[in-house]
Amino acid sequence: MDVGLYNYWAVIVLMMTGLYVVISRSNLIKKLIGLNVFQVSVIMFYISIGKVKGGTAPILEEGFEVYSNPVPHVLMLTAIVVGVATLALALALVVRLHGAYGTIEEDEIAEIDTRETNALESNAREIGAPMS
Amino acid sequence: MIEHLPILQILVPMLTAPLCVLSRRPLVSWGLALTATWFALATSIQLLIRVLAEGTQSYELGGWPPPWGIELRIDLVNVFVLLIVTAISSVVLTAAPRSLEKEISSDRHYLFYAAYLLCMTGLLGMTATGDAFNVFVFLEISSLSSYILISLGPTRRALHSAFQYLVMGTLGGTFVLLGVGMLYMVTGTLNIVDMGARLGDLGPNRTVLVALAVIVVGTSIKMALFPLHAWLPNAYTYAPALVTAFLAATATKVAYYMLVKFVFRVFGVELAFTALRLDAVLMPVAILAMFIASTVAIYQSDVKRILAYSSLAQIGYMVLGLSLASVTGLTGGIVHLFNHAIMKSALFLALACVVLRIGSTQLNDMRGLGRRMPLTAAAFVGAGLGLIGVPMTAGFVSKWFLVLAALESGYWPVAVLILLSSLLAVIYIWRVIEVMYFQPPPDDAAKLTEAPWSMLGPTWVLVGATFYFGISTSLTVGVASQAADLLVNGAAP
Repeated sequence: MDVGLYNYWAVIVLMMTGLYVVISRSNLIKKLIGLNVFQVSVIMFYISIGKVKGGTAPILEEGFEVYSNPVPHVLMLTAIVVGVATLALALALVVRLHGAYGTIEEDEIAEIDTRETNALESNAREIGAPMS
Repeated sequence: MIEHLPILQILVPMLTAPLCVLSRRPLVSWGLALTATWFALATSIQLLIRVLAEGTQSYELGGWPPPWGIELRIDLVNVFVLLIVTAISSVVLTAAPRSLEKEISSDRHYLFYAAYLLCMTGLLGMTATGDAFNVFVFLEISSLSSYILISLGPTRRALHSAFQYLVMGTLGGTFVLLGVGMLYMVTGTLNIVDMGARLGDLGPNRTVLVALAVIVVGTSIKMALFPLHAWLPNAYTYAPALVTAFLAATATKVAYYMLVKFVFRVFGVELAFTALRLDAVLMPVAILAMFIASTVAIYQSDVKRILAYSSLAQIGYMVLGLSLASVTGLTGGIVHLFNHAIMKSALFLALACVVLRIGSTQLNDMRGLGRRMPLTAAAFVGAGLGLIGVPMTAGFVSKWFLVLAALESGYWPVAVLILLSSLLAVIYIWRVIEVMYFQPPPDDAAKLTEAPWSMLGPTWVLVGATFYFGISTSLTVGVASQAADLLVNGAAP
């Protein structure tokens, strides 16, 4: 393993951790934590590719020749804002889900939904059976 | 003024959204939103005329020339997508007030209109922009507002569907972001045309391969390509009827265009298909989508769900056209994008009429609807015929081009598969028609009045368009074949 590429290893480990948490957890809040770790890994990726060894902040000043690339860093300001907005919306949905179902476990929500569907279908069989 | 049209089209809906929130009255905000969407439609027609006459239009945001500044680039391909997105948004929004009364309490209507306009802003921005990072930003604008639109659905299941979509959509968006980052690493530019030119000189390497993979996965999630479609059936089924009509016709189509843009504009045919063999992945997946989704659609008991699965199958057709990487194939894909948008929004608007009157889209509750709501049922049949691909309808034209393209590339089994999967469409549409026309209404059924004209009108406009574009193909095929030629052969006008 080339030590010079350790930033990519960090990104990959974080990304896969986030993805695994999103897939494996049933708790909606934990899912969102996984989702955030996943997003942060990409933010780290951008930040690390903008860094130039020995470079300073891109401000014109006597005695400095090598600058880091500011573009990826600026792009990530937007991505962070997007991430915050997504998280806020997702948390609002979780609050509403908790109000509607009384739980934030995805398994339990799915179970409540299936029970409801089955009840509806058996009702339909009793009442609205084809009359012809 | 006229040279600012590309940005005005995006800005007007965006700035009208906060006005809708400020106005708070359902009818006032509807009026504002309607003005903005019809303005956007007029703008895209104007842009289409200009692009046909003068070629590609480039707009420099803030006067910064590309590749440094952000460029809006309107060419034949995306002006066509802009046209269909704005047309569907305007027509669907015209039918809004009566349909919303049934499903959303009237003190929240203004929020619906605001979210609707923002979603439209995002979709138009994604389509018009010539900057790779800008695509991601607009993608998130449209995604965030579509989660809100879906969560407004009448049952609590809408909340859960919106949440699932949010998780999947964010993963998709982040994948796209990662891919753009890798492309930036390799090329050092974010402008799509510039990126394409530099990648062409570089040739394939591992970073480019990973970038392609990551972007294809990301866009496939957003357009619900099998097997990454898990969010779509629930989202379409539990969203308000009107939102489904809007999103089914626009969101997945723009995501498809995004894939086309990245594959053909950035990577280019040479790199994506010859060197990296993208077709070997996309073609089997597209064919699986056509068959599995159509088969699942046959077994659904909710008509909205039937149509949602049918949408997945239609995405398969479009991607199949793309994977053939020929002018005819891509023409088929782009024409199908246009035609399917019209047919699906017609079908979902007809269902919105059904929801308005009987409050359900269960197949069981729609018995005898052919006599109880004749105009709505007839609209459903008309657009359904288009979906099957009966001659003289729009669906026939696009499937014809796909079959032609498959034969042209020597994949005759693929052509057979296209025809076979159309037979599956006959089955699931026929199930609905059978229930509506050949089963007696339930005995205790209340007397129904036909849906109001404010909703039937837009529905029938779209049904009429289904037949119009099945007979007169000069607009659709004419523009799409030029556009496909531009994309495949890369000749910039």
